Amino acid sequence: MATRLKEVDAVMVGMGWTGSIMARELTKAGLTVIGLERGPDLTPGEHFALPNIRDELKYTFRKELVQDPALETITFRHHRSEEALPMRRMGSFLPGNSVGGAANHWGGLHWRYLPSDHLCRSHIVERYGAKVIPEDMTIQDWAMSYDELEPYYDKFDRLCGVSGKAGNLRGRKIEGGNIFEGPRQNEYPNPPLKMTESALMFEKAARELGYHPFPQPISNASRAYTNIEGLTLGACQYCGHCDKAGCEANAKAGPQVCLLPLLRAEPRFTLRPRAWVSRLLYDKAARKVSGVVFTDTRTGEEYEQPAGLVVLSAYVFGNISLLFHSGIGEPYDPISGTGVVGRNYCYQLSRMGVTMFFENKEFNPFMGAPGSAMALDDIDGDNFDHSGLGFLGGARFACGHADGRPIGYRPVPPGTPRWGAEWKKATAKWYHHAASIAVSGSNYANRNHYLDLDPTYKDQLGRPLLRLTYNFVENDYKVMEYTVGVAAKIARAMNPTIMGPPRIRRGDYDIVPYQSTHNTGGTVMGTDPKTSVVNRYLQCWNADNLFIMGASTFPQQPAYNPTGPVGALAYWSAEAIVTKYLKSPGPLVHA
Amino acid sequence: MANDHTSEDNNPIARRNFLLGAGTAVAAGLSSPAAAAAQQRGQAQAAPQPANDETFLTLTATEVAFFSAAADTMIPADELSPSGTACGVVTFIDRQLAGAWGTGAKMYRSGPFRKGKPEQGYQLPLTPREFFAAGILATNAWSRQTRGKDFDRLAPQERESALKELEAGKAALGDFNGRQFFAALLQITMEGFFADPIYGGNRNKAAWRMVGYPGLPAVYSNLIEEYRNKRYYAEPQSIADFS
Amino acid sequence: MATMLKEVDAICVGVGWTGAILARELTKAGLNVVGLERGPKRTPREDFTLPAVRDDLKYAVRQELFQDTQTETVSLRHSASETALPIRRLGSFLPGTGVGGAGAHWNGVTWRLTPSDHNLRTHLQQRYGRDAIPAEMMIEDYPVSYEELEPSYDRFEKLCGISGKAGNLRGRIIAGGNVFEGPRQNEYPNKPLVQSMAGAVMEQAAKDLGYHPFPAPSANMSSPYTNPEGVTLGGCEYCGHCERFGCEANAKASPQACILPVLLTDPKFELRAYAYVKELVYDKQAKKVKAVRYVDTRSGEEFEQPAGLVVLGAYVFNNVLLMLTAGIGEPYDYRTGKGAIGRNYCYQVSGNGVTVFFEDKEINPFMAAGAHGTNLDDFNGDNFDHAGLGFFGGAWISAGPTNGRPILTRPVPPGTPRWGREWKRATAKWYNHAFSIGASGCNYSHRENFLDLDPTYKDALGRPLVRMTYNFRDNDYKMARYLGPVLDRIATAMRPAIKGNVNVRRGNYNVVPYQSTHNTGGTMMGADPKTSAVNRYCQAWDADNLFVMGASLFPQNASYNPTGLVGALAYWSADAITTRYLKAPGPLVPA
Repeated sequence: MATRLKEVDAVMVGMGWTGSIMARELTKAGLTVIGLERGPDLTPGEHFALPNIRDELKYTFRKELVQDPALETITFRHHRSEEALPMRRMGSFLPGNSVGGAANHWGGLHWRYLPSDHLCRSHIVERYGAKVIPEDMTIQDWAMSYDELEPYYDKFDRLCGVSGKAGNLRGRKIEGGNIFEGPRQNEYPNPPLKMTESALMFEKAARELGYHPFPQPISNASRAYTNIEGLTLGACQYCGHCDKAGCEANAKAGPQVCLLPLLRAEPRFTLRPRAWVSRLLYDKAARKVSGVVFTDTRTGEEYEQPAGLVVLSAYVFGNISLLFHSGIGEPYDPISGTGVVGRNYCYQLSRMGVTMFFENKEFNPFMGAPGSAMALDDIDGDNFDHSGLGFLGGARFACGHADGRPIGYRPVPPGTPRWGAEWKKATAKWYHHAASIAVSGSNYANRNHYLDLDPTYKDQLGRPLLRLTYNFVENDYKVMEYTVGVAAKIARAMNPTIMGPPRIRRGDYDIVPYQSTHNTGGTVMGTDPKTSVVNRYLQCWNADNLFIMGASTFPQQPAYNPTGPVGALAYWSAEAIVTKYLKSPGPLVHA
Repeated sequence: MANDHTSEDNNPIARRNFLLGAGTAVAAGLSSPAAAAAQQRGQAQAAPQPANDETFLTLTATEVAFFSAAADTMIPADELSPSGTACGVVTFIDRQLAGAWGTGAKMYRSGPFRKGKPEQGYQLPLTPREFFAAGILATNAWSRQTRGKDFDRLAPQERESALKELEAGKAALGDFNGRQFFAALLQITMEGFFADPIYGGNRNKAAWRMVGYPGLPAVYSNLIEEYRNKRYYAEPQSIADFS
Repeated sequence: MATMLKEVDAICVGVGWTGAILARELTKAGLNVVGLERGPKRTPREDFTLPAVRDDLKYAVRQELFQDTQTETVSLRHSASETALPIRRLGSFLPGTGVGGAGAHWNGVTWRLTPSDHNLRTHLQQRYGRDAIPAEMMIEDYPVSYEELEPSYDRFEKLCGISGKAGNLRGRIIAGGNVFEGPRQNEYPNKPLVQSMAGAVMEQAAKDLGYHPFPAPSANMSSPYTNPEGVTLGGCEYCGHCERFGCEANAKASPQACILPVLLTDPKFELRAYAYVKELVYDKQAKKVKAVRYVDTRSGEEFEQPAGLVVLGAYVFNNVLLMLTAGIGEPYDYRTGKGAIGRNYCYQVSGNGVTVFFEDKEINPFMAAGAHGTNLDDFNGDNFDHAGLGFFGGAWISAGPTNGRPILTRPVPPGTPRWGREWKRATAKWYNHAFSIGASGCNYSHRENFLDLDPTYKDALGRPLVRMTYNFRDNDYKMARYLGPVLDRIATAMRPAIKGNVNVRRGNYNVVPYQSTHNTGGTMMGADPKTSAVNRYCQAWDADNLFVMGASLFPQNASYNPTGLVGALAYWSADAITTRYLKAPGPLVPA
């Protein structure tokens, strides 16, 4: 039977970005906090050290830092009429599995969502009328505006030392930054990274076409930086190993660098790695959770950890499945459209773009970082007029080099065979001379896309797997078609020797190739408990001492990487807990 | 027999401070003493590296140091053989833990996980790779608590006494089962010492020489009668010698 | 769902010893036979070649040829009041997978049961009184006597080319052979193996004590041998790599070496490897098995193979699992003592032994074969008077190393540490100067030792695991205690420099250390359909076209290794099928 531990003030379920931010804020407020992490503890000095951290096979292909599907995975089907099968190897997305979470191996792209993204439905209705929103598109507004969240975006920027260039400083548009972004109080904490030749070529071509390129905002520090916690990040080495590996230079922001050194020294905080939470203890009548049950995977022992406050800070799938396993909230039913848990699952449209080959350019693709790229937001969100286009949303573009790792990166012109003498010749010839414009599209919620529990397959603890029902829909295909067309126009303007065919996603969603670890929704935020799991403070409608973090609270997914708002929301929620909830525990918003 | 291995120096395994990424040289500008202290501790932990020039597939520097210290204590250098590390035991362990066995092949891994009786065998969700990582963490923490240093930094006599306590189940590793960890450590060390050299251990067939095991090809039909109650000497041969 | 295949005459589920023998006999009788084997096809020429076959780590320690517990295992509890836990790694026993089954990696010890083992219950009652057998000891007579089975024993020995020396030729007792064995028509097909030093020491000591030593009956060829199938086996190389390995010299009898070369060229036989039988399709009304369903593990596709006749030739646990999941026969209930399937699970009482160390003897343990000992049967079965002893049964006692492979075989005197300087010295000193005397004891069925389905744990096909409820019982402990002084006496008579501790079986059954792959029972043969699964011809009482093979038929386990009896019963059953069943399909014994 489970051993009952001493009660703590707060327990974090998962010790990635949000668990670390929350633990830091709550211990600062005087609470005793325990951080439970399913995976092992990792420390950069030990685990992200040269030379082994440069191992492409181990980190990119054997997925060293990624959740092991033998422990836990999801099942997947395109439509609820089908039988879901388990995702036996990670592919499409790569959740983390250790202290630091997916932030150990993220690329560092650090965005804010647009003001209009925060008001997704009402903005569209206001601009185009309610009729443009298809009946099955279940987009909804966030529960707070961009302006409300701005100070927290700002705080998270300064925690991470984001490198970039403002395009809107307190309402003043600044050429060279992203002029479409919402107004920011402060310039980025760090200047942009150094650009690659490809990025500069893209910038020039885009500008000549009348677009507004800007340096991609990134949590790779462009110089040594001391963050708001007094912790110092190193300067980016442009090593080309950012996504999927840890950073030996401490230059990529992550909990390991930006928060944990302090938390580890904090007497009110206990870090408990290899503690796998199996369920929350939920008192439905009292609308409270009283703690969590976890298994210490080092000993096989089961523990009950009572806590006054529970923060769900696992990955999207972990958050949702823990609600299901604990009976918290009504499961979403796609037939009636009622219920909330598992609703509005969204993803991202990726693997799109154009590859170009330049006979007389030397790109050195291995020198670079995700931030040594120029981005473009002209065709993103509602930054352009959608009248008559037949779709909503858009895509962000980027061009640069961040990864010349040769198992994965071997661009060859169209028509080249995949092996043999001709393939060898083309690979040797073009490795240094190719560049791509990458296109990443928004993904708006659909009534038929959701998560529930699988009736057949189980995880390692014997719990049902989460079942994903998801596919691309017409809106997505149209976004892809339109945005990749624009990318191709820019590519042509870059005047390549050979231009590859525009990569447009056709056909069904495929769980095999990597696309992005930007799964969102399932415990979405909102103002109405009938269509949301948490209120504007990320407090669960069904348990006032349960706060749910991360991208599972997003009602739909813009084209941006989610980490910026994930961090901002954690700070926003933490402040509500500290300044309001702790003073008078109870619902912060009345349903 | 290699006589230059007879003496064991009294230094703990040297650790190498190598190739610190340029970016980790960030000592400048820590704004609060607490932050500085916290970060320096992180740096200190980054330092350990083994004294040899090997490249390891999965083991971290701390783990290499731990396994090296354990292997050299379990298999000390003497007139019978070089030390465990010199025989490649740590290389063997690294390759085993990086490969299929280390990551849980041929092991039933479905839950639920319950504490069983010893006679029901291993019941943890951890793969061998993860089990050793957890065991080294726990053992080093215990070693620091009881002896002030990580296990590998102890003097040889202290290492020996620490291993004996671990073996006897007298080491207080918190809730981690030290005796189970010791058994696994002993087993994989002995495998590395005695397995065919193709796996990276038993270098120069030192362990086979030590006992007089001839290895391959092992076709004795014409010898078994002749050598009944007579010592059979042969230069040991590995699978690699026939490949 | 499952693709329906064209009906065949007969299916063998599992292509180990029994599947291969039945397939051979049935094709000879004109039937079209399909052999379904869950594992790969292994041929000596491809898979058991020098030098790779001498890899101790790969085969003996990492268990290359054995069933993968990730796919399928059993759970264990010691009594019905406990919760069973899965055997996560194989240890105590090592079922095979792949063509040849465990017959590819066995040692080759090939026994016949004694006549009194065949009619055990009757014999003991006659000798010791009707009430001598405790109520919970559920031993039974085999429904086939030694005399009836003798021709089949003989046939299997000729198939294998067993090396040995008869001790009872048609009633004539022959010194130097096993004087306790039942009368045999013929001498062994091969002379005994070359005696090892350890065997010579054992022989002398046993003779000095007045016992009756004899060479182990061995499926390792003492000289090249051509069997009745026309297949030639090579001479044993005494390589010391027998058990857990395949034989590169074709000198160890196995399905690969003895039958498959003929079978695989027979157009009436089709081998399907990677065909993992999931379930039997049973028509309860008609009392027939109509088909088997299997998964092709190379494609994931499921097939249904109809057949007129089904031979269940898998390992003990799979036979039981397939019967239980198909609902054939009544599951055993230990509370009422009713039901047949899962009943009378037995094992073997091993782990009794003593190691002896000699300053002046050179053992060369690496020059050895798998069944290479000098044995004695004086304390086995009912070869000695049990009056007043408080237990029944006994053990065969043997000395003679099977290997000197140093990962596992490193004898050191008692009190030697397990590592360090002193351990090294002792290991180097004694490696070539020690051997063990072992006693392998019988295991008589007990009311609370049984197999059923686990309520919690599942295999890779989603089926429940077989749950083993098993422990050693009073009879076993008493027998082991009795053997201690016997072993001590023999060891002392050898006049060793150091006599190790005499170990006898104590404590709970432990799944971790290897003991023997001699699991028996669960689908036992008998005369009463209420307590047995199959009749004397191995035909299922509840499905007349289903014949069950192997050690799962045994009502209890004599101390002997089971393969000799398993092979004999296969020929016995094949004979009944071809001469009687095929002529008039239906129950061969009226219920």
